[in-house]
Amino acid sequence: MISRLKLGWGSLPILIFLALWEVMARFNAFPGQIFFPPFSGVVQEFYSLLASGLLVKSFFCSLLRVLIGFFAGSFCGLLAGILMGWREHFNKALNPIISLMYPIPALGWLPLLMLWIGINELLPIAIIFICSFFPICYNTITGFKSVDRNYILAAKTLGASELRILISVIFPLALPNIFTGLRLESGMAWRVVIAAEMVAIPTGIGALMMRAESLIRIDTIIVCLMVLSVMCFSFEKFFHYIERMLTANWR
Amino acid sequence: MPSIKLQGVSNFICRHIDLKIENGEFMVLLGPTGAGKTTLLNIIAGLVNYEGSVLFNGFGVDKISPHQRGVGYVFQNLAIFPHLNVSDNIAFGLRAQAKSSPEIQRRLDEMLHLVKIEHLARRYPYNLSGGERQRVALARALAPGPQVFLLDEPLSSLDYSTSRYLRTEIRRLQRALKITTIYVTHNQREAIEIGDRIAVMHDGVLEQVGTPKDIFFSPRNEQILKFIGSPNILRCEHCRKLAKGLAEIKSGELTIVVPDGGGEIKKIAILPSDIYISTNKPLGPDINRFTGTIVEIIPSCVSNNSAWVRLQMRDRILVTEQPGDKVKELNLQVGSRVHVILKMRYIKTLSVRGTFPELMVAIAG
Repeated sequence: MISRLKLGWGSLPILIFLALWEVMARFNAFPGQIFFPPFSGVVQEFYSLLASGLLVKSFFCSLLRVLIGFFAGSFCGLLAGILMGWREHFNKALNPIISLMYPIPALGWLPLLMLWIGINELLPIAIIFICSFFPICYNTITGFKSVDRNYILAAKTLGASELRILISVIFPLALPNIFTGLRLESGMAWRVVIAAEMVAIPTGIGALMMRAESLIRIDTIIVCLMVLSVMCFSFEKFFHYIERMLTANWR
Repeated sequence: MPSIKLQGVSNFICRHIDLKIENGEFMVLLGPTGAGKTTLLNIIAGLVNYEGSVLFNGFGVDKISPHQRGVGYVFQNLAIFPHLNVSDNIAFGLRAQAKSSPEIQRRLDEMLHLVKIEHLARRYPYNLSGGERQRVALARALAPGPQVFLLDEPLSSLDYSTSRYLRTEIRRLQRALKITTIYVTHNQREAIEIGDRIAVMHDGVLEQVGTPKDIFFSPRNEQILKFIGSPNILRCEHCRKLAKGLAEIKSGELTIVVPDGGGEIKKIAILPSDIYISTNKPLGPDINRFTGTIVEIIPSCVSNNSAWVRLQMRDRILVTEQPGDKVKELNLQVGSRVHVILKMRYIKTLSVRGTFPELMVAIAG
């Protein structure tokens, strides 16, 4: 009941914003009406895009890329992070390399990957993979390192083997950190896929936006932006929810 | 349960430590912060590197890794796993031993019952009080059935009454399980109350090992004397048994009633902090109450908020420790006459057991 109320009050600013938008566009508040469609116009366009199947198709193209790239990247990042956080010599060997590659913006890889992979479905997936791998890897290492040593010693004296300590003490205690990484990167993956589609790939939401730009269809662009906003938001919320489910009873 | 023997154990903190702890004994490791007490426990548990050897029942365990040494360890900060509830915390060691689940359940119930926290089984640590966490830590360490029980200042974070209560609980558990135990503390009163024997440690060296009475009545050096609080020790010239475990002793011109543990009392000791002084005559029966004259007031070197007050009481001089503000408030000066109470409960006695019991009965009669 309370959460519903909160949702109600939280949506009030959005409603006011949309109303202002509608009113200003309708009363021609800005010169060049063609560049500023009213909210109702955007909604109309949203329905027509849905009806034509274009939006759904583009959306699923992007979603599939994000899901594959993000989950593969996170999984590998998690594995690498676990290895490096658990065994100091892995950390010593790999940390310098990762430290140097981590700061490269994911889109910086685009020209290189375009030549290596070519322009195909693998390209956006590879970019998203890179953009998810490093942060998850880093957050996992940090999570492992921040586990209080006393818990590990206690587990040792209780007779737990190294592997058991990893699985039942270190990993669960590092989960909050790992989820921080997942949450931030799930939003990031959407930002990256759009950029990749705008530059190189002819399908997906990003490509749809670029086509709309060339046809000066502002309403289509705004629909795409709204879809993006909703997706970033719901991905982050989804991981937030999973994290809460896994750790709420002890935190 | 095994005996523990340390032979020439040294590392970056501990220096050449030899110590034998008997089967089922409760040994207290006493010393100021930084003395190396925790390090010594970690050596026994195998958690730090060391030279020399540690033997359980004469069998060297130096090559055995911590998870196979069979040591129950209660850490100073308890280290209760925050992500597991009370039951899972306690069962952690049992699961690590790959026990069958009915056996884990049976042992879990037993441990919950032993430390009296059956009602907390499903709770998570964040939602337990300090005393409850303490019990969980005890149960978790004891559940796998360790051969040796190590406790590192387990009560230091608790309030006075809880820690007093749990101290007796720990002693009860230890007696019931007959487990060889090493208990680290920096609190001399706790050490004297709980230990079979006390090992006093300072700067990584064992200074003295002995029963609480040995340590209290014949501290081997200045360090130990200072650390246990420099008790006033009075020789008894005459001892008379009273009823209900009390005895009356005479030391010079003072007649003092003391707790009686049997035997003829040779010496009594009372800590400076257990002597109460006031300027008004206190109410109550006239037992262990005297008047005295202050001969000296020395600001304490240990804590800047207290002062040592030396009192002439008849033909004896006793040292008392008083809070600094009390000295000001009562306007205590050299030469002031004050009323003194020796807190009977805290008087320690040293007696010779079994000497002429008939004679003592005759005197008492």
